[in-house]
Amino acid sequence: MTTAPRTLYQKIWDAHVVDARDDGTCLIYIDRHLVHEVTSPQAFESLRVSGRPVRRPDLTLAVPDHNLPTTARLDANGNRIPIADAQSAQQLAALQKNAPEFGIRYIGDTDREQGIVHVVGPEQGFSLPGATIVCGDSHTACHGGIGALAFGIGTSEVEHVLATQTLLLKRSKTFEVRVEGKLGAGVTPKDVVLHIIGMVGTAGGTGHVIEFRGNVFEEMTVEGRLTVCNMAIEAGARAGLVAPDETTFAYVKGRPYAPAGEDWDKAVAWWKSLATDPGAAYDKSIHIRAEDIQPTVTWGTSPEDTSSIGGVVPAPEDFADASKRDAVKVSLEYMGLTPGTRLTDVEVQNVFIGSCTNSRIEDIRAAAEVLKGRHKADNVKWAIVVPGSGLVKQQAEAEGLDRIIIDAGLEWREPGCSACLAMNPDKVPAGERCASTSNRNFTGRQGPGSRTHLMSPAMAAAAAVTGKLTDVRDLVPELTSAN
Amino acid sequence: MQPINHVAGKAIPFGRKNVDTDVIIPAHWLKTITREGLGQGAFEAVKKEPGNVFTDPAYADAPIIIAGDNFGCGSSREHAAWALLDMGVTCVIAPSFSDIFSGNAFKNGILTVALPQEAIDRLMEVAQEQPIDIDLDTQTVTTPFQDRFPFDIDPFRKHCLLNGLDEVGLTMAQGDAIATYEDKARSTLPFLAKTPASVD
Ligand code: SF4
Repeated sequence: MTTAPRTLYQKIWDAHVVDARDDGTCLIYIDRHLVHEVTSPQAFESLRVSGRPVRRPDLTLAVPDHNLPTTARLDANGNRIPIADAQSAQQLAALQKNAPEFGIRYIGDTDREQGIVHVVGPEQGFSLPGATIVCGDSHTACHGGIGALAFGIGTSEVEHVLATQTLLLKRSKTFEVRVEGKLGAGVTPKDVVLHIIGMVGTAGGTGHVIEFRGNVFEEMTVEGRLTVCNMAIEAGARAGLVAPDETTFAYVKGRPYAPAGEDWDKAVAWWKSLATDPGAAYDKSIHIRAEDIQPTVTWGTSPEDTSSIGGVVPAPEDFADASKRDAVKVSLEYMGLTPGTRLTDVEVQNVFIGSCTNSRIEDIRAAAEVLKGRHKADNVKWAIVVPGSGLVKQQAEAEGLDRIIIDAGLEWREPGCSACLAMNPDKVPAGERCASTSNRNFTGRQGPGSRTHLMSPAMAAAAAVTGKLTDVRDLVPELTSAN
Repeated sequence: MQPINHVAGKAIPFGRKNVDTDVIIPAHWLKTITREGLGQGAFEAVKKEPGNVFTDPAYADAPIIIAGDNFGCGSSREHAAWALLDMGVTCVIAPSFSDIFSGNAFKNGILTVALPQEAIDRLMEVAQEQPIDIDLDTQTVTTPFQDRFPFDIDPFRKHCLLNGLDEVGLTMAQGDAIATYEDKARSTLPFLAKTPASVD
């Protein structure tokens, strides 16, 4: 079509245009649709009312995750343990009923493959490079880690995709975030993305799709790339992308839904052609030196409120923008923090290692490396490790990581969204602090009055051990499992 | 979807920046399986603040909210739009909106009007006393004091809002174009065009 150099984003976009309108709105074909219990009931309800079928149930996969308790799901006799919260039970039951009714494959709460939708998609090979992927959840950006154009949609759009397998979209602008250099020991993909969000701010990526480029992402595992793209949305971007490469192909190959045989060869050839052409222009670019990135934590109630662990709690006056000063004041009050306090003096009562940002096997390994031969501090009352899927759980157990975690005094749970958001029984009590590997530190996100500090799994594990925000490098100077 | 061409009435002068979807509707309200009744949970935490504009009888049943930059940031939950609709709000005016929120608002027939901060400051002032008027057809916000603020809106969105058009129905009418795309993809992108669950 066009010979002008194109970015990865433009290439994926161009391959999926069903129809283009004069005003720039395009009807874009959706290759994969992930469905969970929270944002789908009203969409199925509308389909039912209007008598519309699901156009491509074979390109749709349903998994419950948000509402599921992460405690045992079956009792000693193999019977299902009922879900106490009536509304949670109702949403879960709705998905369980809607999926077969509309002919959609459903991975149920007691299936081994069940997990957080954004962990399950790549793990099953359902999410593929170059694909357009949507889900009614903003962290769908996650799948950009395998080179898919993936973004969150609302329930009306869920209905639109179910009925038509397309979406009406306008092309986003492109934002190149280039990180080059050598990451220090103990600096993980989570630190990289928190650092980026701290720099560009939560509105920095608005209207854009971010492409993460540079040797740091090229050398990162697919798991790490998923972590980074997961939080592109916290920088305001619609999606995040890392170009698919040999690392990606090796990750995807052989997974249950992945193409095989002749299709595989065709796929790899096409995937290789997707990398941004030399000379392609981005609407915006930033360059970051990997050496400038330290283990990073958040201190406020916005993901942009980041600091390296060596820093102190800032004062509202430190910010030039008047509205940010006001926001910081409110946020510090909510967080119960005093400006000037060293972050490493901030005590935590809870630790949550999990969520679609950090619950893959590498994350569990990093946490276990820190926890090995250590024990959680007495002031840490509640510390849980929640694998992102049943398969991650199984793998971790095969490696003996569950023993390390349990011996360190932490709980080892069943897969689900857990304490990432307060929709299931895993909640952080009001006024208490949680060292958390999830993606959002918003007011009340982990429960009414909860105080969240975002960080990497290694850092959260270190916080569990000392009972305070901690520089993991003080405990494990040469962390090997983290990137 | 209800057609919308004119919104007039009291406006809630909220003014806050970066209002995220957790503020608009806290997560514990997301457990519904229908769209109704969410207005009760809208701005739940703000409503507990002394002197807040949401429980102020002066703004009861106001169809408009005025807010600061980046309204609707945070999660993709469409419950935010349903909650606004359920509390009777059909227009939000702010300097900027999160992409996902404005999309969700539009799909539910809520008009999002982006105006420069100076205009917002002025409207915040007017709203304390007087109603505000938004005319979609002429794309202008006016006040009883002769203020006049023109705004931009995507022509397609405008057309759908004015006529109350349902996007799903509109797209289903393009079923042939979609089928043509699918046929082509089966040969050019076979690895994306199917999964092991597909019937060939
Ligand atoms: S883990 Fe958190 S961010 Fe991820 S899908 Fe679940 S609730 Fe959303």
